[in-house]
Amino acid sequence: MSFKKHERIEKNLTLMAVLVLITVSIGGLVEIVPLYLVKSTIEQVEGIRPYSPLEMRGRDIYIREGCYTCHSQQIRPFRDEVERYGHYSLAAESMFDHPFQWGSKRTGPDLARVGGKYSDDWHVAHLIDPRALVPESIMPPYAFLAERDLQTDDIVARIETNVAVGVPYTEEMVANAMADLLAQANPDADHDGLLTRYPGAAVTLLDGDPSRVTEMDALVAYLQILGRMVDFTNTAVEDLEAAR
Amino acid sequence: MSEATAAAAAPVAYNEEVIRKFAIATMFWGVVAFAAGVYIALELTFPVLNLGLEYTTFGRLRPLHTSAAIFAFGGNALMASSLYCVQRTCRASLFGGKTTADFLFWGYQFFIVLAAWGYVNGITQSKEYAEPEWMVDLWLTVVWVVYLVVFAGTILKRKEPHIYVANWFFLAFILTVAILHIVNNLAVPVSLTGMKSYTLYSGVQDALTQWWYGHNAVGFFLTAGFLGIMYYFVPKQADRPIYSYRLSIVHFWSLIFLYIWAGPHHLHYTALPEWSQSVGMIFSVMLWMPSWGGMINGLMTLKGAWWKLRTDPVLRMMVAAVGFYGMSTFEGPLMSIRAVNSLSHYTDWTIGHVHSGALGWVAFISFGAIYYLVPKLWKRERLYSIKLVSWHFWIATVGILLYITAMWVSGIMQGLMWRTYDELGFLQYSFVETVEAMHPFYMIRAAGGVLFLIGALVMAYNMWRTIRGDLRLEAPAGGIAAQPAQ
Repeated sequence: MSFKKHERIEKNLTLMAVLVLITVSIGGLVEIVPLYLVKSTIEQVEGIRPYSPLEMRGRDIYIREGCYTCHSQQIRPFRDEVERYGHYSLAAESMFDHPFQWGSKRTGPDLARVGGKYSDDWHVAHLIDPRALVPESIMPPYAFLAERDLQTDDIVARIETNVAVGVPYTEEMVANAMADLLAQANPDADHDGLLTRYPGAAVTLLDGDPSRVTEMDALVAYLQILGRMVDFTNTAVEDLEAAR
Repeated sequence: MSEATAAAAAPVAYNEEVIRKFAIATMFWGVVAFAAGVYIALELTFPVLNLGLEYTTFGRLRPLHTSAAIFAFGGNALMASSLYCVQRTCRASLFGGKTTADFLFWGYQFFIVLAAWGYVNGITQSKEYAEPEWMVDLWLTVVWVVYLVVFAGTILKRKEPHIYVANWFFLAFILTVAILHIVNNLAVPVSLTGMKSYTLYSGVQDALTQWWYGHNAVGFFLTAGFLGIMYYFVPKQADRPIYSYRLSIVHFWSLIFLYIWAGPHHLHYTALPEWSQSVGMIFSVMLWMPSWGGMINGLMTLKGAWWKLRTDPVLRMMVAAVGFYGMSTFEGPLMSIRAVNSLSHYTDWTIGHVHSGALGWVAFISFGAIYYLVPKLWKRERLYSIKLVSWHFWIATVGILLYITAMWVSGIMQGLMWRTYDELGFLQYSFVETVEAMHPFYMIRAAGGVLFLIGALVMAYNMWRTIRGDLRLEAPAGGIAAQPAQ
């Protein structure tokens, strides 16, 4: 192999820059572009729906507080993980997550299927003072979430932005955004419209104070839907294999 | 020929003022990053330190620590060294003059402060190492383009026919980071007056885009850029030419080609298609070769000058950096193998791996470069104290070893505890039992971090005294016996 010809590159900045750009582009293109084309990564699975307005705001808070720095949302197909956390995660389950929240570290447990495992009361008490419920926990306390009203005035703008990046909220969902948000935070409200648009949304006590919508309400609503959109009891094994 | 000789004879007015600023900023942000790291390490050990305030939780401070380490400390070290190196090796002053250089400096510091302010206030995209929101991203894009223009412009007006190898690495780093930054951060803001945005990608596509970015933040920001430092400052400090020109060429092209493929190893056993995971794994294992090629090129530059390690702690720091580079680029491919990753992923082993690279390689080679630069930039005979450099070296090395061994033990232990079954076929440990088991190792890790921080404070003191023009009277390290036998 002769290195003489390399001199040309060493003497020409433009040539070197162009070659560098080509060299570093190949890998990314080969790996990322097919993900937009391969069936298994773009397929819909029954039950997966956009987040309800309150869940979406809860997700915003989950992101704001950096929960992903300690909690993953991606169950791997291992015996111990499936026993500990539930069915392994499907690609479709995060298809409306802008951005994804798979995480990279489990300082705390995986949360991909935490929805429904604990009561709303448990979540509220645990978020306010984690060590009151789990003495060995090293999680920070989030009592301030229960004291702060949720910002709701831009809910439509947030949903429309999600539409802009490809989340299929319908016009009906956008029109009812504020009503759905308030209804989900109030256990005494009429939930029919909300539950038709967002099946499975948690409409129980949340933080126990129906007079106001707090950030705690939103976060608990989000935690309670995690991993519960797909009903695995009605799903054949081969469907799941295809959805992997 | 005579023209070139004449040009060589005429002194070039290098812009060293901006390099001085970057050098001070490197030291300042280094201390901030290490202190933030120590603090969040202690939060994991003693959760009461979260203080019950929203601004001081681990979740908000962790991005502050990582960004301070990578972009504030690492970024300033890269700008100081690359802009110094490109002027010297091109025998040309910085393109764009003093104003552009100053804009670059202050613009970059402004980016750091904006990002940090955002983190403590909960303004984040939640994409690791790309947490700043869209406005801050746009600002960084402007600053980065100016960096490219200054750097490439200086190369264009060079008086040397060849572009020196260190500058290849700096160029690849600047160009690739620009692509990574722009593609990974594409997002739609909720309103033009607010900070919140939603990323363009979602789910599995977003995951791979993020880790294509994330792994190449390591590959190009923390590796290619710092290899540029190695290729200029190790030969300078050792007073020897680079070991092999051919190896440099092979090293450069194979490294930048292979690195970009390695991202999927962050997503083993996830919903990412298996073929993609396998491709990521194969390229990660292949990456071992150029990495060690680079390490050999750096270490063998000392051929015939090994004795200098006894008397020159700055060179010792650089060589230890290259050694740590070799170690963590061996560990990385190992951890990218799916079977190993099934144990290591989600555990502290990853954290330990990152820190053997970040503390051992990135920080040590930066310390070496700054120690080299400070007497030159402030026109001092030598550093205030060579002995303090030696103290810094040993304190920091012990700190790193405590850190990474603690994380090896805790990571492997936790990974094994998660998958342990009792004799009846039930999971042996609840999650929180595995958290409790981490406690002693988190203490050791924090102690390692404290030592590393103390080392950096010793360096800051040494740097300050050097800048002041002080000179500590010291017997030459190693004494007369340390001179080479001729």
